[in-house]
Amino acid sequence: MATTHSLTPAMQRQRSARMRRNMLYLVLLGLALLAPLAIYPVFLMKVLCFALFACAFNLLLGFAGLLSFGHAAFLATGGYFTGIMLSSYPGLTPEAGILIGTLAAVVLGTFFGVLSIRRQGIYFAMVTLALAQMVYFFFIQAPFTGGEDGLHGVPRGELFGLISLSDNLPMYYFVLTVFVIGFAIIQRTVHSPFGQVLKAIRENEPRAVSLGYNVDAYKLVAFVISAGLAGLAGSTKTVVFQLASLTDAHWHMSGEVILMTLLGGVGTLFGPVVGAGLVVSLQTQLAQSPIGNWVSVILGAIFVICVLSFRSGIVGEIQKLVRKNFK
Amino acid sequence: MIFNRKTLASSIALAATALVASGAQAQMSNDELRIGYLADMSGTYRDLAGPGGLEALKMAVEDVGGEVNGVPIEVFSADDRNSADVGANTVRGWVDQENVDLVAGMVASSVSIAVSKVLEEAGGLAIISGSAASSITNEHCTPNHIHWVYDTYPLANGTAKAVVEQGGDTWFMLTADYAFGHALEADVTKVVEQNGGEIIGGVRHPFPTSDFSSYILQAQGSGAKIVGLANAGSDTVNAIKTASQFGLVQSGQQLAGLLIFLNDVHAMGLEATQGLLLTTGWYWDMDEQSREWAQRYYDRVGKMPTMVQAGVYSSTMHYLNAVEAAGTDEAQAVRAQMAETPVEDFFARNGRIREDGRMVHDMYLAEVKSPEESTGEWDLYEIKSTIPADEAYRPLAESQCKLVQN
Repeated sequence: MATTHSLTPAMQRQRSARMRRNMLYLVLLGLALLAPLAIYPVFLMKVLCFALFACAFNLLLGFAGLLSFGHAAFLATGGYFTGIMLSSYPGLTPEAGILIGTLAAVVLGTFFGVLSIRRQGIYFAMVTLALAQMVYFFFIQAPFTGGEDGLHGVPRGELFGLISLSDNLPMYYFVLTVFVIGFAIIQRTVHSPFGQVLKAIRENEPRAVSLGYNVDAYKLVAFVISAGLAGLAGSTKTVVFQLASLTDAHWHMSGEVILMTLLGGVGTLFGPVVGAGLVVSLQTQLAQSPIGNWVSVILGAIFVICVLSFRSGIVGEIQKLVRKNFK
Repeated sequence: MIFNRKTLASSIALAATALVASGAQAQMSNDELRIGYLADMSGTYRDLAGPGGLEALKMAVEDVGGEVNGVPIEVFSADDRNSADVGANTVRGWVDQENVDLVAGMVASSVSIAVSKVLEEAGGLAIISGSAASSITNEHCTPNHIHWVYDTYPLANGTAKAVVEQGGDTWFMLTADYAFGHALEADVTKVVEQNGGEIIGGVRHPFPTSDFSSYILQAQGSGAKIVGLANAGSDTVNAIKTASQFGLVQSGQQLAGLLIFLNDVHAMGLEATQGLLLTTGWYWDMDEQSREWAQRYYDRVGKMPTMVQAGVYSSTMHYLNAVEAAGTDEAQAVRAQMAETPVEDFFARNGRIREDGRMVHDMYLAEVKSPEESTGEWDLYEIKSTIPADEAYRPLAESQCKLVQN
């Protein structure tokens, strides 16, 4: 190749890194396409929904340095809106329902964001937690959510009015598509100039301000994207499981997503996916085993070990290892 | 000749038996009868159902010899962590992968409703023992589940009616401020007023609440004879403890708990709970056959069974008998067989399964003993009266269930 000679070594390295990354994406996509042949599809769908939720959360914590302790509110809002829409308008197709749920989460995210992004650190976490608790109490009281019984019997419907989603396999490929779209949005956001500015804000906010960036606006946009994707995860989850319940709105869920993200590797693209997969598998496997009573204790112990001994999470540690030994 | 005829007859009989046996076996969906036990194994309802309920289920399986219609019975369990998601998911997995024939247990109402919807779609069968919501066999009824032990209707109805009849005609309601609490309050109000009593005040507290002092002071200030607790779980426990600290019972008022279990009373102690009126579906010390079963359970688990745990045994036994009688494990055939047979065992008296899936049986009004009256760790209730099965539960005429022709 004649053009290769005109590239500097640095550009070549960058190019081969990008190629390796694309190869990795392709291999993983291939695995995801084949996975339902070996693993129970409903379980895989659950993992994908939570992986998308954790990725959305990670966009905020890992790339903008904002620890939101209220992300359950967006998951639940997406879920409830989609559920209510699909149950009350039988003609509505699932993708339209999911879109409405996601939009609801975006609107709520904008409202939360405007109120909270002026604060940092623990204050930001507390403001988001307080707002999310208000949403929780709203859902418990509101007449249309079914209170603590939850919203049941949401129809899966037919995709675009054509493909029936009642079987698990078509449903799985639909969820996989939604996940890939969500992941692509995050990937694009992180690797764009906008993402660079976010990272700058994470590293040193006063400096970003002094460089002339409107820090609040950047943070708000990141917050809204994150909320929207969390809502997308919640909406998809409602269609898959045909129910929306208060579990999604409870602050435990906000805690669980932090666990997934930290365990997998905060600030890495694949970390939250691995973390979500691990936490969901542990919960599912342990719940059916004789030591089922200890799920919470085991997850807690894993969290403690993770924080004490491998702070950058599973994917973070692997990346460090690769960087140290192969470059 | 005679010898020949005898041989012939016996060989025909033998062949017939073999035919019947193989026929029965052929109608069992796989080479096992598979029962999944789903309950809260690690959270707030652990003591109410949890591992104890699983043990009760295993006792029932052992009591029929571990097999039915010639196939072995396999029991497995999972923790639903009180989450509808987890519960629905687990059961969906059981249906798709494990060929589950019966799902038993279930406490949180959201879990029960979610599971029954999954089974309605997939055509399975569930017996719900732990849940309280009467909506499970009302607006959420399906042909695929049976609600066994109790629900909020007799709890509110039984307690309120009996209390008013005993002279407790002025009430103060302490209500959890969400749909469940409101529904319970409405039920109680109706019953109290129908029986000539009066609600003279009330206060709603957020769900959940840990500090009940101001509410209990209001209740004391109201001058009502009875303080009704239209809440559940930790709220009820906290309210009772606070009432005890403020000397509510000593100052002449009485508490009426609507959703209280043996394990709650045991945990709080008689000092705090004495005099409390409640409705229960079963009590271990209520008669000889109950005591006998409870003792067997106690020897295995080390605690006396709650009504939910006893109900798990009773319902599993009834199910297994129905499977045997019907000769199949096909859900609707077994469901029909179960409904045909009256339920009469150590747990249920005058029991029968209605078309809405509600197992109606006698309920009991109990009063918690004072520490002086109690003779042992588990001697907690005194049974005051029996509420007959036909009066205890919501009449079918008021049902919104789609399976009931009104």
